[in-house]
Amino acid sequence: MMERSTLQRSLPALAIALLFAATVFVAFMEIDFGEARVDDEGSVAGDYIRNGTNQTGSANLVTSVVVNYRGFDTLGEVTVLFLAATGVGALLSFIRKDDEKEPGKKIEPSFILNRGAGLVLPLILLFGVYIFLHGHLSPGGGFQGGVIIASGMLLYYIANPGKRGAHRAFSILESSAGLAFIGLGIVGLMGASKIFLANDHADIGEVGMLLSAGMLPLIYISIGLKVGAEMTGLVERMRGEAS
Amino acid sequence: MNGAGLVFYGGILLLIAIGIWGILSRRNLIKVIMAIAIIETGVNLLLVSVGYISGRSAPIVEGDTGIGLVPEGQVVDPIPQALVLTAIVIGLATTAMALVAAVGYYRKHGTLELKSWSYGITGDREVKK
Repeated sequence: MMERSTLQRSLPALAIALLFAATVFVAFMEIDFGEARVDDEGSVAGDYIRNGTNQTGSANLVTSVVVNYRGFDTLGEVTVLFLAATGVGALLSFIRKDDEKEPGKKIEPSFILNRGAGLVLPLILLFGVYIFLHGHLSPGGGFQGGVIIASGMLLYYIANPGKRGAHRAFSILESSAGLAFIGLGIVGLMGASKIFLANDHADIGEVGMLLSAGMLPLIYISIGLKVGAEMTGLVERMRGEAS
Repeated sequence: MNGAGLVFYGGILLLIAIGIWGILSRRNLIKVIMAIAIIETGVNLLLVSVGYISGRSAPIVEGDTGIGLVPEGQVVDPIPQALVLTAIVIGLATTAMALVAAVGYYRKHGTLELKSWSYGITGDREVKK
């Protein structure tokens, strides 16, 4: 059979993609851009905006939604992340089984990368911790802070290809942070409202201070540690450490 | 729809179209995974821009704050932003899984080029081992 050129493959694909985009665009014509839909009476978002700061004490309304109002969703999200990390480990251990004999060649890092990583790594880790400690005050939170920590660890692994990672320590940290998250949820269950992850039994303090918003910073710290440890584990597994 | 809406929705849907085109026309698995990531980015942007309200700022109470301060009428919709936060993390997890699957494909077939089950089933050239 004749060989298809790149153009022959591209054009029908382009037509399908543009058709799809045009269809969705027609649907989106009905949604006015920039319209204030949240101010309507009975709007869930309007309710969160009006009461979020007073009910949860969090200056960041997104945090009050993620950790408090939709906290159960976040627990599910953390579970999905855990499953993905476990799945990556399982798949890699199947894949790696038969080629133990030919290890990939290691590229030695340059002097600049090696020394520079040592200088920058503490700052990256500190920044990650800052992001998840201030999740209730400023943009950011547990997930973002955790990913920043994991990216710092990735830099460390690139700069030190020979170093063995502390895989066990990270998986213990990850498990205990996950248990802490569920534990904080159960503490909420024991409060007056009897709701999982409730915040109303805690002192919400003065909005805008570091020690405020009751349980929210604690939950975000546990999420931050869990995500950081989990993503570092993912990086380690892809590097071929823990298989 | 106003001009800003045209730019945002149009541009974002163009981004999604680029991703779909990439999935359909590229053969390299890494490029397909990148195309999926582009679609994810587009969908996240679409969700955030649906929650945007003209002239308002991020849903964070700022300045001299205290109990009783209600930022009503000043901030955009926080729910799409929370939703996108979730979607980004799930996207990261699925991308990691897809990359590991690509590693498995490479180990099995010795190449990252997709064979017959991509676009263009008939008349495909043989994939070189």
